[in-house]
Amino acid sequence: MMSKHTLPAGARVALIAAVAAAPLLSDNQYLLSVAVITLLYAYLALSWNILGGIAGQLSLGHAAYFGLGAYTSTWLFVHLGLSPWLGMWAGAAVAVAASVVVGLSCLQLRGAYFALATIATAMVIKTLVENADSLLGGPRGMEVTLLRDAPLYFQHTRKEFYYAVALAFVCAAWFVNRQILRSRFGYYLAALRNDQEAALALGVPTTRYKLLAAMLSAGLTALGGTFYAQFVLYISPDKVLGPNLGVVIAVVCIIGGRGTLWGPVVGALLLLPGEELARTLSGGLVGVDMMLYGLLLMLVIRWEPRGLMAIFARWRERGRPAGAGAATVRAAEGSQ
Amino acid sequence: MTTLLEFRGVGKSFGGLRASDDVSFTVGEREIVGLIGPNGAGKTTLFAMASGFLPVSDGQIWFGGRRVDGLGAAQICAAGLVRTFQIVKPFGEMTVLENAMIGAFLRHARRDDAMEAAMKVLRRVGLGGREHQVARTLTLSGRKRLEVAKALATEPRLLLLDEVMAGLTSVETAEMVALVLDLRRTGISVLVIEHNMKAVMQLSDRIVVVHHGRKIAEGAPNAVANDPEVVKAYLGEAHA
Repeated sequence: MMSKHTLPAGARVALIAAVAAAPLLSDNQYLLSVAVITLLYAYLALSWNILGGIAGQLSLGHAAYFGLGAYTSTWLFVHLGLSPWLGMWAGAAVAVAASVVVGLSCLQLRGAYFALATIATAMVIKTLVENADSLLGGPRGMEVTLLRDAPLYFQHTRKEFYYAVALAFVCAAWFVNRQILRSRFGYYLAALRNDQEAALALGVPTTRYKLLAAMLSAGLTALGGTFYAQFVLYISPDKVLGPNLGVVIAVVCIIGGRGTLWGPVVGALLLLPGEELARTLSGGLVGVDMMLYGLLLMLVIRWEPRGLMAIFARWRERGRPAGAGAATVRAAEGSQ
Repeated sequence: MTTLLEFRGVGKSFGGLRASDDVSFTVGEREIVGLIGPNGAGKTTLFAMASGFLPVSDGQIWFGGRRVDGLGAAQICAAGLVRTFQIVKPFGEMTVLENAMIGAFLRHARRDDAMEAAMKVLRRVGLGGREHQVARTLTLSGRKRLEVAKALATEPRLLLLDEVMAGLTSVETAEMVALVLDLRRTGISVLVIEHNMKAVMQLSDRIVVVHHGRKIAEGAPNAVANDPEVVKAYLGEAHA
């Protein structure tokens, strides 16, 4: 859980700030919107990381929480005029409630069965929304009422606005992850991920902790759903509740390094611009993004199931004399 | 001596198989009790029931004046009864220190406090200096020690040790015996399942023998070793 850095803390912060601010220098709205989507996925992967990474419960149905967040805040805005800044908390509350229902029924399941149950749940919610014609627009979806430059209503014609908000979201989610990893909560989640029975034997109420992780993860994911709705100004079951979305959120985190602090961010920085590039190069070939994800996932799982962060850690250790840290390298190599 | 743990007519059925049948015995404060019996006698089943991993089919289990059968494993651990596993269960990806911290977090919510408590326990079981090693890479002896360290870090009143000496060399076994005796000096009671007769005779104040799920003998180590029922259970009819 602890990592050693080669750069001093001040230099690291300056570097990260510079990279984060760079897209704002460009006036190219297309590049900015790629950057916004990249940050959104970094945020979603960080949210997923709490349940899927740190606690090790492979959820492939996080699209459900994303969609619930998007639909709740959008409905409250369109029909009641409530600002999405407030509506997003209602969305989070709905998602947390849903995660409790899903959690109580599915978290007893282990491994692949849990993953299947999360996919099934997401499909049920998608079908429900698709059939809610009069309330939620059914398969056609909902348009967010256009107010143009209304930052108090989470809207703006400039992409810079969304970029700044997305950056704040990422920072907040990163901070939440960091606090978890440094607390008893995070240690307990890591323990039950490693061996649930052993954790129980040491007094860890595993079901309660998994449920807490699921609630936090779902709530954060729902806030991302609201952000998406306000950024794109249109939501539909296919876009915000589709099975692809749930898989991509998980894959971004897994490729980056599940259970690590930077893995979700690294995964998004690599994959989302990569996806955009693949789409451009292939001339808009349908499904090329999913093919890219599939390929990368196979590569990572073949060579380093613990993701890019583990590969970076290995590179760093290679350059050092064998010492106390050498155990980590051997462990990483032995895990293949 | 005050009673800490008590089995009262405890039974366990798995379908038609009677894994435990009407077993009653106690473990007192600061007592070391050995639980022995041939393979398949139902020793680990008794551990699993006492620690909340298996529900009892009949009877009751009391710990510290409170009925604990029916409570969850985590609650029983919080009450001060902790077990180890015969097939050790380290948190493989985590370091030795982090493993012990999981136990220590039960009584120390803050990370720094848990770390400090875990370090003390690791030194006590002879894993000092190995704090940052990844648990998966430990030797068998190291893993057995870690299994004890994790349990000890929960600061229990009673420790259930399930074959922590199996597979150890004679030197390592002697160290483990010394460790268990040292635990008792600090007020911890121990119920130990062990196949190593020499070690269990050396350690135990009292020995309980189970065979085919039933208790067949109980008493001081020497008396039990010479009990004809026990000899028969271990060596067969001809030797009794």
